Amino acid sequence: MDEKIIQIEGLSFTYPDGHRALNNISLTVNRGESVAFIGPNGAGKSTLLLHLNGILRSPNGAVKVLGHPVAENYLRLIRSKVGLVFQDPEDQLFSPTVFDDVAFGPINMGCPEAEIRQRVNQALQQVQMGGYEKRSPHHLSVGEKKRIAIATVLSMNPEVLVLDEPTSNLDPRGRWELIELLRGLPLTKLIATHDLEMVRNLCERTILLDRGRIVADGPTPAILTDKLLLAEHGLAPPIVGQA
Amino acid sequence: MNAIPFGMYVPGDSILHRLDPRVKMGATLLLMVLPFAVHGLAGHIVLSTFLLALVLIAGVSLSDLGRTLRTVFWIAFLMFFLYLFTTPGEPLVAVGRIAVTRQGVLSAGIQIYRLCLLVISASLLTFTTSPVQLAHGLEAMLFPLERIRLPVRELAMVLTIALRFVPTLQEEIDKIAKAQRARGVDLSAGGPLRRARNLVPIFVPVFVSAFRRADELAMAMDARGFRGAAHRTHMRKLYLGLQDLLAALVVLGLALVTIWLK
Repeated sequence: MDEKIIQIEGLSFTYPDGHRALNNISLTVNRGESVAFIGPNGAGKSTLLLHLNGILRSPNGAVKVLGHPVAENYLRLIRSKVGLVFQDPEDQLFSPTVFDDVAFGPINMGCPEAEIRQRVNQALQQVQMGGYEKRSPHHLSVGEKKRIAIATVLSMNPEVLVLDEPTSNLDPRGRWELIELLRGLPLTKLIATHDLEMVRNLCERTILLDRGRIVADGPTPAILTDKLLLAEHGLAPPIVGQA
Repeated sequence: MNAIPFGMYVPGDSILHRLDPRVKMGATLLLMVLPFAVHGLAGHIVLSTFLLALVLIAGVSLSDLGRTLRTVFWIAFLMFFLYLFTTPGEPLVAVGRIAVTRQGVLSAGIQIYRLCLLVISASLLTFTTSPVQLAHGLEAMLFPLERIRLPVRELAMVLTIALRFVPTLQEEIDKIAKAQRARGVDLSAGGPLRRARNLVPIFVPVFVSAFRRADELAMAMDARGFRGAAHRTHMRKLYLGLQDLLAALVVLGLALVTIWLK
């Protein structure tokens, strides 16, 4: 089970405006792990996620997925193996029907028609949205949109699921349903979030980022019980008496 | 804000809804020409009866039809008086040098009747065909132009995505307008110039957010392996069925009969 699925070695990234979002990040994720990225806004969580799918690329091959550097000639493979779900489902669902949206990835991969139908079916089953094929994504609830957004990457048969703030904007019930759903998916998961309760329930490992650096990386219970550490990085109420 | 004037799509399951969009577009074109090609009372009666029957089959309510016809009211109004006063012939009423002639009344009536048929034919298409189907039909009809390197599939995709985001954008405008009103912007105050200026605090945030959306959408498409339409599986093929063939024959037959009738 200890297959290294994502390896990052000394990744730094500076946005064109000079903002240094990532600073010498190194980490390894094994197959089947469920890893949370936590940290204040602007810590670099989203920027890091965008590197995993090759939307952003580091020139020196600092990021490897399944042993392949995230570079031009492996992009097709990597994009089918790493499913990236953005925070706002409204921005990713752009097709007239749920079916078209979920089929978009497999169609881009050039799958034959029968396989596309089978993949769409399976992906919708996985997020418990079977029967929604003909609905318009625009008219679904936020929770339903989130699930469809997840289905749109599941249909590409990924090995890694990367999620940016999956529980934001959901009501408590929708949130718990989503957490349960994610728990049931047998994939490697990387989740950027502020939702520490979800982290506690879903991820066995937590990485704390702040100002583009990894501050802590370890088992979730250890990190989430370290009040001092959390307070220092703005994730818990400040501790009285601390400067 | 939701009133799309010219024949909005009315979802339904009539035979007209189920026809291939290409057949419908072709038939509509023909039906729009016919009121001008037919030159006999009998032909016109057949033609308008046929159109009325289509309206009934499509399940379009008369009030919807009326609303569509109202959009051309002012054009019809103008046309009516132009024809009424400028057609030379045997005068019915004359005031000074301006005369209303018998021919004038007749041709004004005929022109308005033609305009109405035109509008009804065109809106039958949009009433029974969703914008997305229209885009697919257009894509299929223009497909031969790919040979001369016109990116038809990309264009159709752009069209479908644009259509998909119309309601989203509308909601956003609504939300931002509310937010600005909550901060005291009075949208209806002042003259036309002032009112136009009042829209600035709405359109700036709308544009900003539309660009952000477009950016994120592009990333999401990239992340799902989009590399241009050429690499994609052809999924939605349109097939001409028996009913499409029959419909085409019926409309062609109607054209021949109405033109032949004197």
